[in-house]
Amino acid sequence: MKRAALLFVLALAAPAAAQPKLEIPYTQFRLPNGLTVILHEDHSVPMVTVNVWYHVGSARERTGRTGFAHLFEHLMFMGSGHVKPGEFDSWLESAGGDNNGSTQNDRTNYYINVPSNALELALFLESDRMGYLLDTMTPKTVDAQRDVVKNERRQSVENQPYGIAQVLINEMLYPEGHPYHWPVIGYMEDLTAASYDDVVAFFKKFYAPSNASLVVAGDFDTAVARRLIEKWFSDIKAGPPPEPMAIPAAALTSRKTRTVGDKVQLPRLYLAWLTPRHLAPGDATLDVLADILAGGKNSRLYKRLVYDMQIAQDVSAFQASAALSSSFMIIATARPGHTAEELQKVIDEEIVKLQTEPPTAHELERSLNQIEASFYNRLERVGGFSGKGDQLNAYYTETGDPDWFNEDVARYRALSASDIRAAAAEFLPLDKRVELTIEPEKKP
Amino acid sequence: MTKRVLRAACWVLSACAWCWVPGAVLGAVVLGATLVAQQPPDRARPPQPGPPPPLNLPAIQKAKLSNGLPVWVVELHEVPVAQVNLLIFSGSSSEPGRKFGIAGLTTAMLEQGAGSRSALEIADAIDYLGADLSAGSGFDSSALRLHVPVARLADALPIMADVALRPTFPKEELDRQRQQRLTSLLQGRDDPATIAAVTFARVLFGVEHRYGTPLSGTAETIKAFTTDDLRGFYQSVFRPDNAAMLVVGDVKLDTIVPMLEKQFGSWRPSGSAAPPVKFPPVDQPATRTVYLVDKPGAPQSQIRIGWIGVPRSTPDYFPLVVMNTVLGGSFSSRLNMNLREQHGYTYGASSAFDMRASAGPFVAAAGVQTDKTSEALKEFFNELNAILPAVPADELARAKNYVALRYPSSFETTGDISRRLEDALVFRLPDDYFSKYVQNIQAVTAADVQRVARQYVAPGKFAVVVVGDLKAIEPGIRALNLGPVKAMAVDDVFGPKP
Repeated sequence: MKRAALLFVLALAAPAAAQPKLEIPYTQFRLPNGLTVILHEDHSVPMVTVNVWYHVGSARERTGRTGFAHLFEHLMFMGSGHVKPGEFDSWLESAGGDNNGSTQNDRTNYYINVPSNALELALFLESDRMGYLLDTMTPKTVDAQRDVVKNERRQSVENQPYGIAQVLINEMLYPEGHPYHWPVIGYMEDLTAASYDDVVAFFKKFYAPSNASLVVAGDFDTAVARRLIEKWFSDIKAGPPPEPMAIPAAALTSRKTRTVGDKVQLPRLYLAWLTPRHLAPGDATLDVLADILAGGKNSRLYKRLVYDMQIAQDVSAFQASAALSSSFMIIATARPGHTAEELQKVIDEEIVKLQTEPPTAHELERSLNQIEASFYNRLERVGGFSGKGDQLNAYYTETGDPDWFNEDVARYRALSASDIRAAAAEFLPLDKRVELTIEPEKKP
Repeated sequence: MTKRVLRAACWVLSACAWCWVPGAVLGAVVLGATLVAQQPPDRARPPQPGPPPPLNLPAIQKAKLSNGLPVWVVELHEVPVAQVNLLIFSGSSSEPGRKFGIAGLTTAMLEQGAGSRSALEIADAIDYLGADLSAGSGFDSSALRLHVPVARLADALPIMADVALRPTFPKEELDRQRQQRLTSLLQGRDDPATIAAVTFARVLFGVEHRYGTPLSGTAETIKAFTTDDLRGFYQSVFRPDNAAMLVVGDVKLDTIVPMLEKQFGSWRPSGSAAPPVKFPPVDQPATRTVYLVDKPGAPQSQIRIGWIGVPRSTPDYFPLVVMNTVLGGSFSSRLNMNLREQHGYTYGASSAFDMRASAGPFVAAAGVQTDKTSEALKEFFNELNAILPAVPADELARAKNYVALRYPSSFETTGDISRRLEDALVFRLPDDYFSKYVQNIQAVTAADVQRVARQYVAPGKFAVVVVGDLKAIEPGIRALNLGPVKAMAVDDVFGPKP
């Protein structure tokens, strides 16, 4: 068995963690219809992943049609011009493959994992829905997946403890009309309103090959894969690029506070700030700040709220990075007998401390070592969501460079303790943020 | 360049034996890429996969430390990381005298103080190395699992050895873990899917059988444990004669074994081994019974249907895997196609045999919209009955291929491989288990599938659990006349609130 897909080169001046430098070799080209293709060979296991990113997500939806990008994603598995309904999945399963898709604010991604002998089948299926989705689309298909998606919303929002929180937070963070104001899963009434005509218009507007990028990663020969891609994707017609988005400004000028009841036993506090978009200055700093606040037992908030005071069951913090704007979140659940107010008081004390004094060198190094290790862990899998194929497509989409791994690690390694303090002061003001409490419903 | 083209030609030629139109593909090779790109492909003929890639299993290298502790090593030199698991062949099923939850609590406590380090110091040391150390128990095993950049392996192993061999069980840390667990149990009441799973296990196995109570135990048992209880359980099961070590990753056998010998080679049993725990006898349900748990206002009903399935040692393992793939073990399975794709009642429906050392549950499950609950139950039983006649040949072939053809690619990450090795060790799978897996799946016949369906799927006797808004769903469920209907309160399932 050959396992030589990655080239590790010992860095000359290795930082504290002494990790080898990594490179992901790839081949990139563009078809005349505008489709960007990225190929990465990795022969460690006999499988290939076909990974497509369409550069459209819920941010492109219009008022009254929220949730549409995701509903559309479901329709991509329902057959296409030369693939009858049901055949997409049954052919792939017959070949030992599996597949999935996911929708976020800024993009929709799809993967097909197959044993390497079925690469051409996967390329055929992927190309057929890119080119000929509408040939078999009917209002009945839309209705069927509409019901499925409504049940997905019920399962993840209404019937999920605290499930409504993320919907409310985005509504509070972003003004009406801002593309991040509404939930990716959409509102029920908008899912009801979505029509067959909407599907046709959306496909023509956003699913042209020039608005997509295709990564094939795994056990194949680059020259063969290139020929097969040219064979199956070249007849797909080019389309016009989507118009640029008009993005309303978003800024928090005061504290926005709300308390909502849910069928839960314990109160949970959510604090949220608007922060720099993905890869902008401050974005990586906030990742590290999140880790120093709530990553691991020795983090500032875990140690005080959960370990020492034992007034919280859990606490987490993260920078939710996205293309237009990010949000920084702190979430904590109160222990029985304790309140969200108690948690908020301690959280604010810890934020102020980090705004005043930088973290210790040890705290920073611990966090950077964890982040650096996560880059290596992410290289263990080729296919699926977050596999190497998906990551190459993400980096290509966000930076234009599929192999941006080392540059990404460098963003973190460049940070100093005073950068962390400055980010806490600049981006986490106590008086300009969203404060949401989900508390047990009062019994009537 | 030449070599690549040649290899490409071979690849295509070998694929052609399986193609519908070998001439067209051969032409592609001879004429080259440019011309192919100009000819629209024949989309009426979907490409047929070539012969499946061979099964190249990573070699399992076996060694032993001087104290007899078995060590299994799989070298993967692709990414500079390593997975090191200390596996203990006792889990919740070995808990003595209804001390439900002591296995998980004892294992979790290992990281809360060991050697000279406190809980915070252990966490800090592991985090600083960019490593991850986790401790947990299932029904049949417990494990400490270390994932670490290989450059930091030598620093991490002594900490892992302290945690495994020299835990201190501080009283205040036990109180922390206790409160954490009691609060989690309380939160379980929030989630209809959790309530359904706990209720299903309870009605099948009852309160005395270990499988009838969640792994973490009950509020009553969790409140009662002392540090002496934990020490006693630790000494009886954490022993080199009841353990094995797994290493998967960027290591070499001849360097890793001495490292392990240094840390674990002097480990000796510190007490007497636990006597095996015998489960109380448990019968299959005699009649189909419906158990309802009220969740007022819920927009979906969580449904669980099934009975007691099979132990992992069942001789019918392969036919059951294939049968379940057809029924509810894949996206194109009958339950998912019916309840999701055809009717839109749910985001997903599935079924599974949970195989443990003793027979675990067989369950068919979905969350369905409240106003379609009785319709969904009807479709569940339509499919459970429809699996009893013979499965058509094309459907059988698809299920077998789905399971078998993906198998060679499922030994990819250090995590994937270590999980498979854990299964092999815990369930004492034969040495040729992995290498014969694909042929064992392909050997399953339609008659095998029908036989196991009839033996292990009994829709007329299944327990049916529904957690939902009873005001809206109970009349419809009763009208189905599935069998006696029993209402249960959340307290019946979880016990009184902690």
